[in-house]
Formats: sequence, C-alpha cells, structure tokens
Amino acid sequence: MTDALIIGFSSLGTLFIFLAAVGVLRMPDLYLRISVTTKAATLGISLVLIAVAIYFDDLSITTRVSAIVVFMFLTAPVGAHMLGRASYFAGVQLWVKTRHDDLKGKYTPNHHLHSKEEVDRDEEEALK
Amino acid sequence: MSVHNYLYFIILPVLMLSVLIIFTRFLKGPRLSDRIVSFDLLITTGVGIIAVYSIITNQPPFLDIALIMALIGFLGTVAFAFYIEKTKKK
Repeated sequence: MTDALIIGFSSLGTLFIFLAAVGVLRMPDLYLRISVTTKAATLGISLVLIAVAIYFDDLSITTRVSAIVVFMFLTAPVGAHMLGRASYFAGVQLWVKTRHDDLKGKYTPNHHLHSKEEVDRDEEEALK
Repeated sequence: MSVHNYLYFIILPVLMLSVLIIFTRFLKGPRLSDRIVSFDLLITTGVGIIAVYSIITNQPPFLDIALIMALIGFLGTVAFAFYIEKTKKK
C-alpha cells in the first residue's frame, strides 16, 4: 500500500515536472514560459516531496518536507511576478498572437512606477 | 518491482530528460529573461532530484540541502529581476 502511494505520487510529480520542461521549451513567449514554470513545476515538486514524506514516515521529515512545500508555494509566484514585471518594463515583446495587453499605454518607459496620468500631473506641477 | 528500482530506472531518467530539455532552452533562450526562467526551473527540478535521491539512498539529511537550494533559487531569481529592472537590459 505504501509502495503504491509512493510510486503514484512520485510518478504524478515527475509527469508534471516533465510537462513543465516541455512547456518551457515549446511555449512561444517569455510570459507563457513563466506561467508554465510557476504552476506545473511547483505542483510537481510538491507531489514528489509528499512521496518522500510517505516513504520516511517520520515527524521531523514530514515537517521538513512541508516547510519546503510551503516555501515553494510562497516564493514561486513572487519570483515569477518580479521577473515578469521587470521584463515587461525592460521591453520584452509579447507573443504576436496575444489578444490584448492590459498594461498597454498605462506606463511610460522612464517613469514605470507611476501611471501615465500621475507622470503628467507631476510634470505639470514641476512646470508651475 | 520494488520502489527503489522504480525510482532508479524510471523516475530519475525522466527527471534527467527534463533537465536536458530545460537546458536546451537555457542555451537557446533569445533573451536574458528566458535564461533566468529556465535557470529557476533547473533549480526546482534539482530539488525534485535531490528528494528522489534521498529516498534511493535512504538519507533524510539531503532534504536540508533541497531546502537551501530552493532558497538560493528564489534569491537568484529575485536578484536577476532586480538587475533587469535597474539596467533595462532585455
């Protein structure tokens, strides 16, 4: 029974990691690649680590494993968001077939922390 | 088929194949951002390989190294994102 659980969880996790690898190679765009990395790989790692926790069946190891899983679940979206944001402001192009871009026209290249209206207002105040 | 044989002959080769596929993207990646994404995925897959290896060798201390590796991967991604944002390098 335990063996079947270990084999099942590790197989599922490895399948997800493999799909993430294929996705990162085949996706046409940086942002789609980030999307694949942050979802599929996190799920796959969590399943493999659950298999490890079932195999050792020890409280200290289960605690360690859940620490890693919680850490991955917390950091993967943060890192992906920071990277996507920085790449967007650095001018990485979207895929040609992208339907719409929510951030288009809302930011200016040099004042990327503010919206365009705020930048215009700041410049008007500076002129006064 | 025992768990050890299954992990050694099926799971580890598939993970190694994933690492090779990700590494081709790391070499091809047209921009710096693509390379950082694949680097992050390489580190994540490395955590998985270490976890499987700790089952095969029956050595739980490997999991500590997996935790540290996940931490370093996150710090590397954040540092590279900061670098891209400051230098506006694609």
